Amino acid sequence: MSMPFYVSPEQLMKDRADYARKGIARGRSVVVLAYDDGIAFATENPSRALHKVSEIYDRIAFAAVGKYNEFENLRVAGVRYADLRGFSYDRRDVNARGLANAYAQTLGTVFTTESKPLEVELVVAEVGDDPATDQIYRLSYDGSVADERDFVVLGGQSDRLREEIAGAWTPGMPLADVLALAVRVLGTPADGAEEDDRRVIPAAQLEVAVLDRTRPRRAFRRLSGVVLEDLLAAGTPTEP
Amino acid sequence: MTTDPLSPSGRLPHAFTTPGSSSFVDFLAQHAPDLLPGRRPPLPVGEVPVPHATTIVALTFDGGVVMAGDRRATMGSQIASRDIEKVFPADDYSAVGIAGTAGLAVEVVRLFQLELEHYEKIEGTLLSLDGKANRLSTMIRGNLGLALQGLAVVPLFAGYDLDRGAGRIFSYDVTGGRYEEHQHHSVGSGSVFARGSLKKLWQPGLDAAAAVRVAVEALVDAADDDSATGGPDRSRKIWPVVATVTAAGYLRVGQEALGEVVAQVAADRDAQHARARRDGEDPR
Repeated sequence: MSMPFYVSPEQLMKDRADYARKGIARGRSVVVLAYDDGIAFATENPSRALHKVSEIYDRIAFAAVGKYNEFENLRVAGVRYADLRGFSYDRRDVNARGLANAYAQTLGTVFTTESKPLEVELVVAEVGDDPATDQIYRLSYDGSVADERDFVVLGGQSDRLREEIAGAWTPGMPLADVLALAVRVLGTPADGAEEDDRRVIPAAQLEVAVLDRTRPRRAFRRLSGVVLEDLLAAGTPTEP
Repeated sequence: MTTDPLSPSGRLPHAFTTPGSSSFVDFLAQHAPDLLPGRRPPLPVGEVPVPHATTIVALTFDGGVVMAGDRRATMGSQIASRDIEKVFPADDYSAVGIAGTAGLAVEVVRLFQLELEHYEKIEGTLLSLDGKANRLSTMIRGNLGLALQGLAVVPLFAGYDLDRGAGRIFSYDVTGGRYEEHQHHSVGSGSVFARGSLKKLWQPGLDAAAAVRVAVEALVDAADDDSATGGPDRSRKIWPVVATVTAAGYLRVGQEALGEVVAQVAADRDAQHARARRDGEDPR
């Protein structure tokens, strides 16, 4: 009878984390930035139908990177969670914190008990009545949650893009400026490449959405076509 | 298990992550059937006094459809509410009005609104108008058991068909039967009188303002002859709920604009009666 090889728990978890991280790093980044009237989401995504940013509830949106089938499944679960909660209590009783907790437990359970971790990284964002009450949660493949402020970058080169944004983002920026910054940052050349390689991503290749606090009930809105082009043209790109 | 949707480990249960369905009602039937209005344990047969909602009218016009409902709910011979609202936006391009057992009807509407929004969020696109009408039909059918015990809900559904570019009206019976109505329709206790009024006043080529006026006239006629339908309450300024659905979406007619329509209708009728008295046709 053969004995199974002993693998230490540390090694097992490390292998799973490496596996998940590799999967996530392959995808294109999503940037989430607060602006004066809400929260903006932007990513490079040529598909018009397979979204990375979606509406969950009245004031709550979801953004993800990684394997599409895995985060799509979590998105649908989130919509069901929020709608069920709103139906059994009231629409105001659905909040991002509860949803982030449910996602964290799900990701954590899958990470420790199933043979393969989910190769996803998520943001759950809720827009409040003023910028101080906005909530942004970032969730990792292992179920860890971070309560973020102001801006978040998901996916591939998140650390580098984060630094780029940190140098240029200021509180109370208007939407056009925030989008100009987001598009500039998304075009950042790969590690080690020249600054001249910075790409300018055309509007048709972008997926952009906002949670607009000035909208009456459902704050989520996708921006595309002429509206997006006009906004991008109006924004002043801030140099870091 | 309805209040806390999480499993003991805290992770989202499998019902949440099962792919396939875009319907919130189907999800509830799987996961929390006791939240569905029609899935409650069978009740003994008996009469309970519950508020009943009454007359709803709808009519098409050039470029859309108008729906209006009076504000009265009755419980036996008593007026249970004088400011209940019975016309609701189902989504951006449709409206639903309810007659029958008020409590159940309001719950059905809430579920229906959620059903449409849920589909829209999951699929990323709107249901077709026929699709919406069929979903409502399924929900009313689920309520048949309660209807047989006297707790019927009869909705009227109207919306703007984005594919055809026209307003359409659907009526239902308690078994979930769905019938498309042309031009105009009315449901509820005052519907017989409202329908007569609509038949005379509706004409092709109405614009939105004229259609709103016709809807208000029909409700006033219904209130004239049906004790369960409330007319415009001029001392309290409680007007019917009137909404238009066009290519621009659902729009509830404002309190002030409606006040003017109500005043015009009242003035015309006052003048009519005064003329009748003067001409000696009225013995009073």
